[in-house]
Amino acid sequence: MLDTNKMDATLRALSDPTRRAMLARLAQGEATVSELAEPVAISQPAISRHVKVLLEAGLVEQSIDGARRPCRLAAGGLRELDAYLDMLRHALERNYDRLDRLLQAQKDKRKKHP
Amino acid sequence: MSKLTLTTEGETFIVVKRRFAASPEDVYRAHMDPALIAQWLLGPDGWTMPVCINEAKVGGKIRYEWNNGKGGGFFLTGEILELAPPHRIVHVERMHMPGVTPDNRVTTTFEADGAGTLMTMRMSLPDAATRKAMLGSGMERGMEASYARFEALFVKGVAA
Repeated sequence: MLDTNKMDATLRALSDPTRRAMLARLAQGEATVSELAEPVAISQPAISRHVKVLLEAGLVEQSIDGARRPCRLAAGGLRELDAYLDMLRHALERNYDRLDRLLQAQKDKRKKHP
Repeated sequence: MSKLTLTTEGETFIVVKRRFAASPEDVYRAHMDPALIAQWLLGPDGWTMPVCINEAKVGGKIRYEWNNGKGGGFFLTGEILELAPPHRIVHVERMHMPGVTPDNRVTTTFEADGAGTLMTMRMSLPDAATRKAMLGSGMERGMEASYARFEALFVKGVAA
């Protein structure tokens, strides 16, 4: 069940506000570990540990560019989970809008034939 | 009428909340009476439920079959584990896509909320294989999920 483990890693990675802030920063473009550490008052080793979690979760990729090791969002890291939740939300919204109308119709019927 | 909230809870659950302008009794019945279920539990527009079985008792069986009229279809089977009308339904369900997905235990509660009802549904977040099967079922509406929407939907959910 490798996929399930990977999803757990994804959700665990997302459960931390610092890591979410780092993802939001990376959504604007690639950044090095020291650049990621700048806006948050956290030491670079601590940021490196967060980067490791994001790498293991498949949310972030790191390349080697001479002395630089820029991080960027991994293509597709969240797309599939996001697509699933989006589909579920859409299906449920349709369901409950229909249920609203059904419940209203029942009320109207009762008013007419109490 | 009312906005649905869908959030992830920890690493394994999805929690859906929705308000209805009707009593818990009415909303509960709409979840247990097959004649009513078949009118709303249809997912995206264009789908129908030609088979709707819900035995509405503890130990009772559930079987829902959906069809999109374009060759797409799947069905769900399940059993009812607990009932406390009109406030609580616990059931287990699995999709047949046709491959069968792992059991999903779903707890649905209905609380009086002013003149209406607050429904809370808590269920398992499906594993990656199940999500993939669902996304291939013809229910999806575009896969162009963006990180912008991830911000709007998912981060809020995790933070909540």
